[in-house]
Order: sequence, then C-alpha cells, then structure tokens
Amino acid sequence: MSFKSKLKNLDYVHISRGCYAISIALTIIGVICLSIFGLNYSVDFKAGSNVDISLTETVTKEQIEPILQELGIAEGTHVTPGADRITIRFTKVLDEDQDHQLKNEILKLDSEASFEVNTVDPEMARELARNAMLAVLWSCLGIIVYVSIRFEWRFAVAAVVSLLHDAFMVVALFSIFRLEVDLTFIIAVLTIIGYSINDTIVIFDRIRENLRFSKLKTREDLITIVNKSVSQTIMRSLYTALTVFIAALFLLLLGGASIKMFSLAMVIGLLFGAYSSIFIASPLWFVLKSRQKNKPAKAS
Amino acid sequence: MKRIIAFITVVVVTTAIMAWTSPGLLRNVHLGLDLKGGFEILYEAEPFEAGAKVTRESLLKTAQSLEKRANQLGTSEPEVTTEGTNRIRLKLAGVTDENEVRKLMKKPSTLTFRSKDGTETLPEQFKKIELVGTDFVEGAAYVEMDQLNQPQVVIKVKDKDKFAQITERLYNKQLAIFLDEELLSAPTVRAVMTDGTASISGSYTRQEANDLRDEINRGALPLKLSEKYSQSVGATLGKQSLKQTVEAGLIASLFILIFMIGMYRVPGLIASFGLIVHTWLLILVFSLADFTLTLPGIAAIVLGVGMAVDANIITNERIREEMRLGKSILSSVKAGGKHSFRTIMDSNITTIIVAVVMYIYGTGAVKGFALVLIVEIVLSIATNIYFTRFLLNLLLKAGKLLQPKYFGVKESDIGEL
Repeated sequence: MSFKSKLKNLDYVHISRGCYAISIALTIIGVICLSIFGLNYSVDFKAGSNVDISLTETVTKEQIEPILQELGIAEGTHVTPGADRITIRFTKVLDEDQDHQLKNEILKLDSEASFEVNTVDPEMARELARNAMLAVLWSCLGIIVYVSIRFEWRFAVAAVVSLLHDAFMVVALFSIFRLEVDLTFIIAVLTIIGYSINDTIVIFDRIRENLRFSKLKTREDLITIVNKSVSQTIMRSLYTALTVFIAALFLLLLGGASIKMFSLAMVIGLLFGAYSSIFIASPLWFVLKSRQKNKPAKAS
Repeated sequence: MKRIIAFITVVVVTTAIMAWTSPGLLRNVHLGLDLKGGFEILYEAEPFEAGAKVTRESLLKTAQSLEKRANQLGTSEPEVTTEGTNRIRLKLAGVTDENEVRKLMKKPSTLTFRSKDGTETLPEQFKKIELVGTDFVEGAAYVEMDQLNQPQVVIKVKDKDKFAQITERLYNKQLAIFLDEELLSAPTVRAVMTDGTASISGSYTRQEANDLRDEINRGALPLKLSEKYSQSVGATLGKQSLKQTVEAGLIASLFILIFMIGMYRVPGLIASFGLIVHTWLLILVFSLADFTLTLPGIAAIVLGVGMAVDANIITNERIREEMRLGKSILSSVKAGGKHSFRTIMDSNITTIIVAVVMYIYGTGAVKGFALVLIVEIVLSIATNIYFTRFLLNLLLKAGKLLQPKYFGVKESDIGEL
C-alpha cells in the first residue's frame, strides 16, 4: 500500500523535467547512431535472399560454408547457426537453380530439413519502407484531427509528440544494438503507436474531466490538476502496461522465430509507451497550456 | 434468485456454445502460408509493347490465366489476387517444388511474332514485336500434318486484316515465332496470309507438337511478369511456428487471467470470462468472414488479449475509486461504468485510426495484422463493456457482491482520498 501511495503522491510535472532531459539525450544519441550506422535491415528491406532452415539433426556452420563456396554463393553471406535452426542471409537474390542446389545439398546433411526462403527485390523494399513512413504520417494526422475534435489541439500535439517519441526510441534502440529490422518491425512500431496513444488518451481523458470541475487561476492549479489526473490513472496505466507486457514477453520467449524481432520491438515499445504517457505527454500538455494561461494574466 | 439463475444460465449456455463450436471453428480458420507452409510470389506486370500501359482488364486476365495454371499444379485453392495497378500475388499452399511452380507460371505461352527492325546483330535476333499473346484466339491452337506429313501447330489470329497487313509488309522476310524468349521457328513469309491462321513447323515429333499446342493453349498471358518478392515456407516450419506461438499465447493469457482475478476478484473473474468469449468471437469472425490468419495475426490476437483487458481495468479501477470515495457499491459500479465508457471509447477509437491506416498502407502480413487489430478492438468493446457489465449487474441486482472485498478493495481504504 505504501508503494501505491507513494506512486500516487508523486509530483509528476516536476519529475518530468528530468525525463525530458533523458528523452532528449536518448533522441540525440538515436539520431547520431541512425545517421552513422543506419539500421540493420533484413532482406525485407534490402535486396537479397534469406534462407531459414529448420533442422532435425545437428548441422554446423562449418558444414554449411563449403556448400556455399562450392555453389559460388558464399560472398557476403552471413550464416547464423542455432540449436535446431540455421539462418543464411545472402546479399544477392538467389536464382532458381542456386536455390534448388542449396536445398538439395542441405537435404543431404539432414533429410528432414524444412526451409523458409524469402526473396525481395530492392524496389519492393523501398516501397515497403515508404508505405511505413506514410502510415506513420497518416496515423499522426488522423490522431491530431480526432483528438483536436474530442479534446483540444494541445492534447493532440502532446499525444503525437509522445507517440513519435516512443516509435523513435524503438527505432533508435534497434539501431544502437544492431538488431535486425524486418517487415514485422514496421508492424511493431505501428502497434506501439496505437498502444501508446491509447494509454495517453486515458490520462488526457482524466485531465479533461478534472478540468471541468475546477477553476484554474494559477500555474500551481494547473500543476495540481495534472498531478492529480496522472495519479488517479497511474494504477490503470501500470496494470494495462503489465498485461500487454506479459503478452509481448511470452511471445518473445516462446513464440515462433519469425516474430522474435517483432516481439522484442513490442516489449521495448510498450515500456517506452507507458513511460511517455505518464512522464512526457501530460507534462507536455501542461507546458503548452500554462503558456496560454500566462498570456491573459500578463495582459491584465 | 431469478437473476442468479439468469446469470448462471448465461454463463453455462455461453460456455457450452463455445466448447461445442470451437473445434469446428478452429478447423475452419484459413491459415496463412507462413503457418501451413507454401509458396508465395509477387509479380509485377508490364506490357510487352514499350510505352503501353497496364490496364485493369489485362491485369485481371493475366491473374485468371495464372490461376488456371496454378490449378494444374493440383494444389488446393491457389490464391491469385491483384494488387495496386500492376501487381499479382500468387499463393500456393503445400507446394514443395518451387522450381516447378516458377517454370509453370512464367514459362508458358507468352507467344509473340517478331520481325527484324534492322538493328539486330545476330541472325536469331528479332527485335520488333508484331503480334503478342492476346492477338491470338485463346485455346484455339491445334496440331495438323503438313504436306510432308510432319506435325505442325496451327494458331489462329484474332484480327485477320492485321495479320494480312503484317505478312504483306514482311513479304519475303522472316517472321519469327517466339515462346517467351525461345525461338520456335523463323519462317520466311511466302504469301500474304488472309485466312488468319499461322502454323509453326519444325521437325517436331507428334508428342513435341502436342506439348507445344498445350503450352500455347494454357492461355496466353497478356502481360509480361517479373518476380518482385517470393516467400516459401516449409510445412514443418510453418506448423512449428503455429504451435510455438499459440502456446506462447495460451501461457500469456493464463497469466493475464490470473492477474485479473487476483487483482479485481469477482469482477476480475467476470472479465476473464469476457476475455475468453472475446477470443472465441474473434475466431468466429475469422472463420465466418473467411479471413486468413497469419503468424503476425496470431501475435496480434495475443497482444490483443492484453489490450482487451484494458477496458476492464479502466472500469474496475474507476469503480474502486468511486468506492474509496465512500460511495455505495451499486452507485460505484454505476458511476464507474458511466465515467469509464467515454475513456474507453476515445482511447480505442484512436487505436482504430492507427489500425485502419496500417490496413490501407500495409501489404500481406501488415494487412493481416491490422485486420486482426480492428476486429479485435470492435469485439473488445462489445464483450468487455457490454457483456461483462451485463453479467456484473446481474450479480449485483441479485443482491450478491455487496461487499467491497469482492472488488478487491479493503474496507480500510474507503474514504482514504
């Protein structure tokens, strides 16, 4: 109970100043890292072939490499061995014969092997990336319009800043830790946006409700309202973040291998989503709102 | 008492319906290729003549021809869909030999008649295209014997006049017949052809001539196709992904249910029941609407379970809050429901906006995921607001649950704020 009470009595507006600093620092690191290293794109975004082999017998990297050499497709190839699975990534698109020969050779090592082959044309990949950017853009516009109608523009701006923050943090972390970005990563980022906005709106809704019953005279009144609204919804925010986090975590630990990166992105995004809803969105709204409040005061 | 009976009846009947229909529904759900194994190719179509445009009609025709060919492979329900203005996506379940597919899909019968435009460097080069696949009568090729009793394949041209003009212009010149990039024959035009038939002769055996005829008759593709993307998933790998992800989902759901019950007691129990109904409805919708469930789709369902309880968490937290303010249980539930409704709607509508945008811009897996998300949010509003509240109210009006402890609220907390 004491932990709960502590959570409820925190001065969120005050704490958020430190959070801005952290978020801005992370954003700068992210931008630097992205501009220097970029993202570790999977074949979904980069021309090439990706061959995933599910094995029933142990096949080592050393056994695979001579095969690739022999077929003349070893150049620039990256082999990732696993317990019952090997992933081979080619920087060139395998043609039909190479694909066929590779499979035959591996079937000689393990007759029960099962394959997953992905091939992408670079043009296609660029289109995927462009569509993802457009999706983020339109989502933000849609949210701005809806929130401006239902709430007011300041809420819309604060919500969009915080959701872009979450999306960017995930992208930045994937860049910093060189994690592979595939098609499902786009889904994860978009879902994080959807989740983060949902979380933010719940708190904003409470601010809107509390505003109705209060007369704002000073900056302190506004701080009180924001703190009160966040603390009233904090348990809900944490519990919901927890339930979705449980879902994403189990997908990461136990789910199919092809959605591993998706689950990881979700786990990271959910944490940032919960954090930004509490420490960024509402305090940011306060900053915007207090400016408006101050102007008439100065004029009079 | 009546209400208690109503409550029990609703729960029992719903459970019975779910238990009875679930196995059938699960069998009916259309699994994506990433789960059942198969081969998917995305083709980009372009016209044979430079400068021409891909029309909707020609794209659909090409898709139909591809479907016909896919059917010849004997796979169950090949899926051929057009995308955008110039793409065709082909999905084949349970295909083991991708090479065979590629050959059959691409190779056959893009029959062209070509002549020389003067820039060729080799004798077997013919750069000017005179007639393309669509200029020939579909399925009308046949084999006949020529004067020397050699089999030859006869094809019919749709526009006799056009063919007459071409043969007139090319009089004493070569008119080559190509199947894709393969030169079949390059006869020299000896007469102006006015009957609209052309024959392909070579030193074919009867069998070879028959094969060629079939290949041509399989339907000429009006457009040239190039492969943009392909994915092939082995059946074992697909099953493995399905099993792992479903297991992960079940374990996660179990934890979420335990959390809800531990946290909110009776309303938590009802919420858990609502969650199960929610998942069942989701499968029902997928089964009835014949939507395809992909691996990201299952991930969406699992995440959705986590998000769907949100509506319950919002409502229950609000109810608790009202209780702590000292309100009676009945009025707390009423006020909590009323206040949380708007919150839930606003927060879910914004998520739907994102999901709809994702659906519009997404392809393949992204679309599948977005679809699950949209259906899920709509269903979660239905079950987690209306259904669970209905059950909770039945219990309350029956005079049960009138102590705060059933809501996980300690007596000592009441009036704390």
